Amino acid sequence: MSLIVKTITRLTVGLILLYGIYIVLHGHLSPGGGFAGGVIIALSFVHLMLAFGKDAVTERISKQTASKLESVGALLFLSIALIGFFGGYFFLNILKKGEPFKLFSAGTIPLSNIAISLKVGIGLLAIFLALVILEEVKREK
Amino acid sequence: MELYLLLIFMILAAIVAIEVKDLLSSVVAVGAVGFALCLAFLILKAPDLAITQLVVEILCLIILIRATISRDLPLAIEGRWVFNTVSTLFFIAIFLFTAYIALRELPLFGYPLMEVAKKYLEEGTSKTGAVNLVTSVILDFRAYDTLGEATVLFTSVIGVMAILRRPGRKKIEEKDD
Repeated sequence: MSLIVKTITRLTVGLILLYGIYIVLHGHLSPGGGFAGGVIIALSFVHLMLAFGKDAVTERISKQTASKLESVGALLFLSIALIGFFGGYFFLNILKKGEPFKLFSAGTIPLSNIAISLKVGIGLLAIFLALVILEEVKREK
Repeated sequence: MELYLLLIFMILAAIVAIEVKDLLSSVVAVGAVGFALCLAFLILKAPDLAITQLVVEILCLIILIRATISRDLPLAIEGRWVFNTVSTLFFIAIFLFTAYIALRELPLFGYPLMEVAKKYLEEGTSKTGAVNLVTSVILDFRAYDTLGEATVLFTSVIGVMAILRRPGRKKIEEKDD
């Protein structure tokens, strides 16, 4: 891509990543949540890839790492669900509820948000990486 | 009122997406449908859905444009046109008939049949501690649904990775490592 796109990307990509993390962490206080925040995090990496080519992302997160991180997210969400068995049943919110409108409140809900964002964001990024790598293979043939 | 305008716009854009010959224009029209849906969610006062719809739409557009660029529409005009048209009209008639019967029985817009939503609105914050009631529903009261949705996404990612596996891919991955 051209110099203008690269410069603007260098300025904005960190802010987009930060906004995604903000949406994930404030999922129980403001609109958004794990799914939307995870997709925004994935979009920041896609943005980087569109401007600087695929090597800029694959040298930070290879496809294997992406698959592993996605599995970790899924297992994390499942283990949060299993934690509920300590108090009674599946998906029981056993942690302290805390005060409403505070960042550290609502028990396991913020943790679930983080797990889902990891799963969704890295999963969609893995799909995009797979498509890009496939395109590369086709072009070489 | 705005909602009906948006609905008409979405239907028109969908028709354009089907009818236009250029694949890239078709993808852009699909994107217009998605963003109009995002605005419709905002008018219906569902910001959570609007944010999710917006970001997913952007990601889908990027993937679709990457996939469709420099590739042409494959033409498939051959075969039994009369039979196709007759069967299409038949199924449209059946669909309209059943929709007429079913839609008459539906409650009015904004007056749900289920009483459980009222309970979530009243007791959501005190029971879960989450101020955002949408999150308290999807991650606490109905967390099973979210687990199923996560499983579906996981399966689809595995499916994409497995389908896009090509014999030549291994060489490139070794270079990356």
